[in-house]
Amino acid sequence: MTNAGVVELNREEFLRYGRHLIIPEVGLEGQRRLKSASVLIIGAGGLGSPLAFYLTAAGVGRIGMVDFDVVDLSNLQRQILHTTKDVGRSKLESAREKLESLNPNVKIETYEMRLTSENALDLIKEYDIVVDGTDNFPTRYLVNDACVFLKKPNVYGSIFRFEGQVSVFYADKGPCYRCLYKEPPPPGLVPSCAEGGVLGVLPGIIGTIQALETIKLILGIGELLIGKLLLFDALKMKFRELKLRKDPECPVCGENPTVKELIDYEAFCGITPEQTLHQSGLEITPEELKEKLENGEDIILIDVREPVEYEINRIEGSKLIPLSKLPEKVNELDQTREIVLYCKMGGRSARAVQLLRELGFTRVKNLAGGIDAWIEKIDPTMPRY
Amino acid sequence: MKVKVMIPTPLRPYTENRDSVEVEGNTVSELLNALTQKYPQLKRHLFSEDGNLRSFVNIYVNDEDIRYLDGGNTSVKDGDVVSIVPAIAGGN
Ligand SMILES: [Zn+2]
Repeated sequence: MTNAGVVELNREEFLRYGRHLIIPEVGLEGQRRLKSASVLIIGAGGLGSPLAFYLTAAGVGRIGMVDFDVVDLSNLQRQILHTTKDVGRSKLESAREKLESLNPNVKIETYEMRLTSENALDLIKEYDIVVDGTDNFPTRYLVNDACVFLKKPNVYGSIFRFEGQVSVFYADKGPCYRCLYKEPPPPGLVPSCAEGGVLGVLPGIIGTIQALETIKLILGIGELLIGKLLLFDALKMKFRELKLRKDPECPVCGENPTVKELIDYEAFCGITPEQTLHQSGLEITPEELKEKLENGEDIILIDVREPVEYEINRIEGSKLIPLSKLPEKVNELDQTREIVLYCKMGGRSARAVQLLRELGFTRVKNLAGGIDAWIEKIDPTMPRY
Repeated sequence: MKVKVMIPTPLRPYTENRDSVEVEGNTVSELLNALTQKYPQLKRHLFSEDGNLRSFVNIYVNDEDIRYLDGGNTSVKDGDVVSIVPAIAGGN
């Protein structure tokens, strides 16, 4: 961000960035700053798509992207970097193709890997700004801590259904993510987008706000979301801004930090109810369930998803009791019979199994991998979502 | 005094899908007690076993975090908006 003087724009770039050059707040100096800046985007999905498109279009000189996923048909409702013909392909390959064809002046660097405590510092130190577009708590805490240690700004955005949060965490100048939330929720308590859903346009809105803040950071203009949390409610079409403060007791950026190096973030965020059940043998595979059903064994099969999901697909003979309704319906269940619970992928039903066990049920099991695994292993003709 | 409490999307399944609930109380603690009495399932999402607010949930009175006001004893007045702001991680 400092050596803007040394880069020059070529003839093509003057024309390409013409609408930037004539804004006094950007101008030639600003466009040179963009060209000499580097940004690392974590995640090439819902948030990463609009982010990468706009930062590339704006002429950020070097853009890194980290992801290890392949494009799935169910991504296309919101991940606009990828198209139907990219299904099955690496997200980063797909991203590189789109971004290079949008703006060949930008250097796109791709890292096909999971960001871990072992590689995060080496990777992040090569960039001026980090933009967090991941989808899980362990990576978010990892990105936060690494940015605090390296004194890099972390442009944060997260989404759930109709709701989004944006902030700029920059421990040198304000609070970090841990000042806001010292610890993550226990696994399984907050549903992921895969389980809870997300309106396709929402990551577009939140991701473009992240892109905007990134560009303002590079240009050094305007007011940034440092020390502020922007909340967006798409249904109400309302933005609200809350104050964030630097917590003097923050474990990573506070006065007496207790976290001084990257830790094991999977352990920090806890093992999921699903992993717990797997380890204690309280799950059943699709194959085992099929056999039991075919043998006519006495099993109560309960689907703990939402009614709309049940409408799309269901295992024959199952009874729908959404997870949120389970506590009030528990009296209707016979404790002496064998009960198998399932959801889409096994996460919600694992929580349901734990809930029933806490209430004294002993013959309850979780269908490993949920109905998705059932479709894959037993009945591929069933519709997937 | 009746004060509006804003319910975030992830917790709406426990409040009959309401995005805000009006409850009676003079302090934040009183409001949250009234709220969890009305919706008992909300309780374990807001408070840990020892009764403290969970570390991934923040409560705001208007735009200020109660951790930097008077915590649960923060008093509320007519027209204040109380928000529950939990950590969310989605991005994909
Ligand atoms: Zn901090």
